[in-house]
Amino acid sequence: MDESTSSAPLLEIQNLCKYFPIERGLMRRVVGHVRAVDDVNLTVGHGKTLGLVGESGSGKTTLARCILRAIAPTSGRMIFRPQGQEVDIAGLPKKELRSIRRHMQMIFQDPYSSLDPRKTVYDIVSEPLRLNQVASGQVLEDRVKRLMERVGLSIKYMHRYPHAFSGGQRQRIGIARALALNPSLVVADEPVSALDVSVQAQILNLLRDLQSEFNLTYLFIAHDLSVIEHTSDEVAVMYVGRLVEQAPTKALFRTPRHPYTEALMASIPLPDPDRPLPVQGGLEGELPDPAHPPGGCYFHPRCKYARPICSEQTPPWTEVGPGHHAACHFTRELTLQGIE
Amino acid sequence: MSNGNDILLEVRELRTYFKLDEGMLKAVDGISFTLRKNRALGIVGESGCGKSVTAQSILQIVPRPGRVQGQMIFHGEGGPIDIGALDPESDAMRQIRGREIAMVFQEPMTAFSPVHTVGNQIMEAMLVHGGISEQAARERAIELLDQVGIPAAARRVDEYPFHLSGGMRQRAMIAMAMMNHPKLLIADEPTTALDVTIQAQILRLMKKLQADFGMAIIYISHNLGVIANMVDDVAVMYRGKIVEYGTVRHLFKNPQHPYTQALLRSIPHLGGEAERLATIRGSVPIPLDPPDECPFANRCDHFIPGRCDARMPDAVETEPEHRVSCVLYS
Repeated sequence: MDESTSSAPLLEIQNLCKYFPIERGLMRRVVGHVRAVDDVNLTVGHGKTLGLVGESGSGKTTLARCILRAIAPTSGRMIFRPQGQEVDIAGLPKKELRSIRRHMQMIFQDPYSSLDPRKTVYDIVSEPLRLNQVASGQVLEDRVKRLMERVGLSIKYMHRYPHAFSGGQRQRIGIARALALNPSLVVADEPVSALDVSVQAQILNLLRDLQSEFNLTYLFIAHDLSVIEHTSDEVAVMYVGRLVEQAPTKALFRTPRHPYTEALMASIPLPDPDRPLPVQGGLEGELPDPAHPPGGCYFHPRCKYARPICSEQTPPWTEVGPGHHAACHFTRELTLQGIE
Repeated sequence: MSNGNDILLEVRELRTYFKLDEGMLKAVDGISFTLRKNRALGIVGESGCGKSVTAQSILQIVPRPGRVQGQMIFHGEGGPIDIGALDPESDAMRQIRGREIAMVFQEPMTAFSPVHTVGNQIMEAMLVHGGISEQAARERAIELLDQVGIPAAARRVDEYPFHLSGGMRQRAMIAMAMMNHPKLLIADEPTTALDVTIQAQILRLMKKLQADFGMAIIYISHNLGVIANMVDDVAVMYRGKIVEYGTVRHLFKNPQHPYTQALLRSIPHLGGEAERLATIRGSVPIPLDPPDECPFANRCDHFIPGRCDARMPDAVETEPEHRVSCVLYS
């Protein structure tokens, strides 16, 4: 890696938007937009893990798909700095994307549907290397073997098909494939939520080991806050397409500065009968329809601290501590409850 | 066994086997437990441990080619009756199912027909039993939906299941289950598909309903946090067996079976500082022709050759109301 650029963050997302048109009638007239990602700013440092939290419909998967350029964003910039390069991948045409794509890889949620059932493990793991003409013949085979061993798969099973493996082993296959091209950024979308509890820990430990070994940067998407706390250096919280808070992990969990983050944490059932969920005062209501979000702060209809201004004005993205931002009109006044 | 009138369900040596081409799948393999009235029992375990098949066995809705054996004495309105001896298709079983024992599932879409409104489906169940006018059934359906916290129930009653959000569908299914004031509600992963804030709402609702209606609950989940919040007693299942059984406090504060201990250690704890998580080696077994041994033997750090793999250890009472099946305690 080029040391001169390694101090600048690997990924800088600036004012990123992704709007999906809502079409009506025979003429497919556009009558509005769903703002799936709405003016998001994010920074991910080299070798760090950014945890992205949000409920379904929050836009976290759409954001991940934009970053990987699986879909083109509507506007904004995404400055990506893999291995000494610097490119804005937001507006990059398809042809130029090809060469940059190998630096970013994805690990999927469902190890049962993300692997091609007609290919052997060897084919699956070697495919990115063959497609990018990185290796062939004996070099290719050696590289695949090393990858398999590194993620904890026996090379004895190299020529078996995915169905012969357990969920945890399939996730290892997916990880080996993602690592094949030596990426800088790995986007992991709910990588352990489909796994049995006793297997989750194996995969989380493996991801941690691989990160330090290969200096990987993770964007870790999960709905399970305890997994996010365990894996992430920094956490960003999304609500209906907007970021509501971002902070170093400890600061976010100890001293949340946005009422939605507080409510999210208070909703987690802890494996401790002495710390039950509160019977009263929990968050009511559901996420608003992203096609017709409420005015002002999107969270105000469910927020117990809401005041008139909250329905009128979008709260600014405010710095409230070192690296700690929140979008709430009253973030400086409120004392919110975190996790002890 | 039964010494008072507070016992609702006694399950003795329940076995539910599936004869497959590959061999005998022993989904539930000789489990026993007692459920008292108004209590909540949690069954916790990973995929394939037999927790859902246990629920299906109690309701006699096990899919083919499953066979249910064993005693399940249910102390219902008509006095004690052995569900295990009933024909699944019999009137007696139908009376119990839906009336005295109701169930909610993980995915509410499977409980509702997509082509009828939510209200019509609730009303139909009432009209089938008779003795109620259509107008009264409609009013009752609205009342039920209102009771489970569905806003604007009078309007929602005419909506189709797909109009409702996941959380609202789950509420509607709970409303349907509550219709006949069941003595026992079996909830099989009812919040697993929901977001965490919606999950907390449904958990609160179920606690409130349990208190208001005085029913027992069997709560099935893989989520240790949900179990710790919802139940009085916990059964930990692994490969078709109950390996540990105790009060929720015993189980979380003083887990004794190596599997329970390892499970609690392997999950990240909020506010915890652990750099690395403790792991359990290997993966969850499928109970196909399982040998007669401790089911956890091949993944256990305390494995003792010649003892753990000699036969299934007996359950030992290590303290009052706390039983564990492990040679370390026998």
